[in-house]
Amino acid sequence: MSPILVIEQILNGLQSGVMLFLMAAGLTLIFGVMGLINLAHGALYMIGAFAAAAVAGATGSFLLGLAAALAASAAAGALIEASVLRRLYGRDHLDQVLATFALILILSEGTRWLFGSFPLYLDIPDWLSGPVLLPGGIRYPLYRLAIIGVGLLVALGLFALISRTRIGIRIRAGEADREMIGALGVNISVLYTLVFALGAALAGLAGALIGAIQSVQVGMGEPVMILAFVVIVIGGIGSIRGALVGALLVGLTDTLGRIFLPMLFGLFMEPTAATTTGSALASMSIYILMAAVLLVKPTGLYGSAG
Amino acid sequence: MRAKSLFLATAVASALALAAAPGARAEGIKVGMITTLSGGGASLGVDVRDGFMLAVKMSGRDDIEVVIEDDQRKPDIAVQLADKMIQSDRVDLLTGIIWSNLALAVVPAAVAQGKFYLSPNAGPSQLAGAGCNPLHFNVAWQNDDLPAAAGAYLAAEGFDNTLLLAPNYPAGHDMVNGFKRTFTGGINGEIFTKLGQKDYAAEIARIRASGADSVFFFLPGGMGISFLKQYADSGVDIPIFGPAFSFDQGILQAVGAAALGVRNTSQWNKDIDNPANKAFVEAFQAEYGRLPSLYASQGYDTANLMISAMEKADVSDTDAFRAALEEADFDSVRGKFSFAPNHFPVQDIYVREVIKEGDVFTNRIVGVAATDFVNAYVDQCKM
Amino acid sequence: MGVRRETMVNALLLAGLLAVPLWALWADEPFTITLATRVAILALAGVGLNLALGTGGLVSFGHAVFFGIGGYAMGILAFHAQNYTPLIEAFSIPGTRSMPVIWAVAVLASALAALAIGALSLRTSGVYFIMITLAFGQMFYYFTISWPAYGGEDGMSIYLRNNFPGVNTLVPFNFFAISYTLLAAVLLLVGRLMRAPFGLALSAARQNETRLRAVGIDPYRLRLTAFTLSGAITGLSGALYADLNRFVSPSMFSWQTSGEIMIFVILGGVGRLFGPVAGAALFILLEHFLGGISEYWHIFLGALLLGVVLFARGGLIGLLAGREVAHD
Repeated sequence: MSPILVIEQILNGLQSGVMLFLMAAGLTLIFGVMGLINLAHGALYMIGAFAAAAVAGATGSFLLGLAAALAASAAAGALIEASVLRRLYGRDHLDQVLATFALILILSEGTRWLFGSFPLYLDIPDWLSGPVLLPGGIRYPLYRLAIIGVGLLVALGLFALISRTRIGIRIRAGEADREMIGALGVNISVLYTLVFALGAALAGLAGALIGAIQSVQVGMGEPVMILAFVVIVIGGIGSIRGALVGALLVGLTDTLGRIFLPMLFGLFMEPTAATTTGSALASMSIYILMAAVLLVKPTGLYGSAG
Repeated sequence: MRAKSLFLATAVASALALAAAPGARAEGIKVGMITTLSGGGASLGVDVRDGFMLAVKMSGRDDIEVVIEDDQRKPDIAVQLADKMIQSDRVDLLTGIIWSNLALAVVPAAVAQGKFYLSPNAGPSQLAGAGCNPLHFNVAWQNDDLPAAAGAYLAAEGFDNTLLLAPNYPAGHDMVNGFKRTFTGGINGEIFTKLGQKDYAAEIARIRASGADSVFFFLPGGMGISFLKQYADSGVDIPIFGPAFSFDQGILQAVGAAALGVRNTSQWNKDIDNPANKAFVEAFQAEYGRLPSLYASQGYDTANLMISAMEKADVSDTDAFRAALEEADFDSVRGKFSFAPNHFPVQDIYVREVIKEGDVFTNRIVGVAATDFVNAYVDQCKM
Repeated sequence: MGVRRETMVNALLLAGLLAVPLWALWADEPFTITLATRVAILALAGVGLNLALGTGGLVSFGHAVFFGIGGYAMGILAFHAQNYTPLIEAFSIPGTRSMPVIWAVAVLASALAALAIGALSLRTSGVYFIMITLAFGQMFYYFTISWPAYGGEDGMSIYLRNNFPGVNTLVPFNFFAISYTLLAAVLLLVGRLMRAPFGLALSAARQNETRLRAVGIDPYRLRLTAFTLSGAITGLSGALYADLNRFVSPSMFSWQTSGEIMIFVILGGVGRLFGPVAGAALFILLEHFLGGISEYWHIFLGALLLGVVLFARGGLIGLLAGREVAHD
């Protein structure tokens, strides 16, 4: 195995981790500030991808598609927050799980009703397509590099937003003590809608970015949503930093496991059995990672309290 | 929108029939269609249903009643629907299932209760070999057929170092084994991915480093869309091949230019030159406003096979109806069509290439991969 | 008064679940009997989850694990009996087609799994508990998909329903009677348990853990016992469900299955003994009738579930019997 392949796989893990972070950041913010488990976060990811595909298809511009994804998912997020989820903040997690599960059904089938049963087309724009040559002779897709760049920028922006701005102060205050921000004279319901729309927009952005290299179809959000939950649980729910670390851990474990576990088993098993066993173990690897982290630290790596 | 009205008409018709006393029907046939109409796999079920209903409509017969239900791609729901259709709707014949695992859950029990099952898609090896049954007919293919034809084609083209890629589940292993059965060249390696995986960066990196001269892949539905787009963008120039499932009319538009020029094996294409196919393609476009897919052609052939048998025998006469089905005396859109002793098709399998016609991505036939292809399990079937 | 009313609602539910298939037997509508059997079996799965979730406050998003283990216990045992291959080569232990033996194995295997998963998961709480149980569910799901010995994603078909001494189980009503009897027996047992010191302590652990510690009871062991029992009951229902469909597949392990079992409990009323019975019945009815109305019936189902969460807290039983049993 060449070192180039290893570096390339690490880049792949990084890219998938950065995208997971976009999903997980919104999820963890919403939980941190409002105490809400939102299973429908994957549906917002799907809405972003569909909006991007529809607008990019009509206008021919990928950037307009991205803008549409941000707008559509933020709007959808604000709408479901104001109409439904707002009533669930004080409730126990069970009610939240059921209500957001119901939202998945409504949003998924609603999208299929609007756009039909067939997958939509969304492609990488010409100016980002094809591979580039990195130092060391690695040929790597430019678009994936761009995704890593965008993801890291968003992460920086989020940290700046939370540590430097007034909204950030309120968000942190809300996380620390929900009653206090009320006392500070902050309009809580507007703050909550804003935070939810922000989380939704991040999910929509991830959906649009990923939609260009994967398939835009109904049901695309659920697997990602489960992964995002794994990420925030590993990182510690409510912690943005935890979400970043968790996302990178999950992205790297998943990518490297998929490639290297079958090779590892190949050292002492016959080839077909090795690939089958290795792949089986690889598909379980992140869940094993999550269980292991929780056994050592029951509230995740950066979590304070359950 | 005409698709909806046709569907609605059928639904209303079947609802009315349900309201009437069961068993009041004198002649004709009652069909139970269990297929996937919601969720991510819905496009395949919609195509099979539309193809089937188009043939029913074109036949002009008013003695065919179709009860259509959505299996949500869940095996236990499919089993429950089959129970309902047999016990409550009292259908004579079942059809419609897309996925092998659902077919394996439903078909053995259905034929054991004396119902005909005509498969418009799934053809798992279990139902072709030891588990074959006189009342089960497959009008599409055995799961290994298209990859086996691809194996023969790649060998004939002189490839000698092929990398195989498929999801890690039974159909994936079937496809890889089917390919290996006919491929005489060397195998570079096998990669099995997680079922439903959408990111193939890691696998593509391995393909780039492998030194293979060709890649054979089986990744149906969204997995195939994702792989093709990412592969085209990676700049890896090793030629790729696959069975028709990743190059179907329904998903090609979502893949776009990334699939252009890729060769795939299929038993049908819209440019097969015979009157039945011409009539089908035209009528389908007129009825539904889109090009027909492989799955639509299979649904259409399934209905026409059934109608051809109805002209010879009454479905209540099981032996006569079965014999009529075995004759396969209908104009298949594929041209030649007959049944092997295990009730799976004997047919030509073509090599297609993805092209762009105006704004639409589609396939054209560039060669024949196998003539009168018979599935590999026919000898294991005793019936 | 509310308690008595709930008892009456419960009795009506149980009677109704028996009356419908009896009517169907008379009217020769075998499919209605199948639907009622499905309700009874899924209700049993819910009763299992309700013990952990309602009484113990343990929100498990991974009960599909036990449902699936029960199903596969039936599948594997019957598979070997069907093909005349020994279950464990070394000791030439054969498979079996006897329902009681299959149930025993299903209960034992799922109880063991619940003990192991519970022992690990109960170290966490709240959302972390929800997610770690989900993670175990996903592990089992992916394992069964890629494990070739018993069919992988295809699952396994068992051609004939298994045997019960003295009963022809292929007759739909007979199999319903078996499932119904088991459901009633488990309801009786769990009802007694909830009033026994164990149930009261478990309830106390949910409401006020500190006080429980003060009287010298270890909440961890208490919860672990409840979780194990809960898994065993859900495992039993999995074995029955497999026999109803004569088929098992990894989809029994999927997170959607965990979600559906949870929906039965919430629809019916969390912590109510008969909640899962009402919830499963309502869910099956909705699925059956909405599915016929529109291709997009999931939208209506979703809207209805939302309505229940937002406006009918306490679920169906709460709606019918009033909010007597406080659960918050």
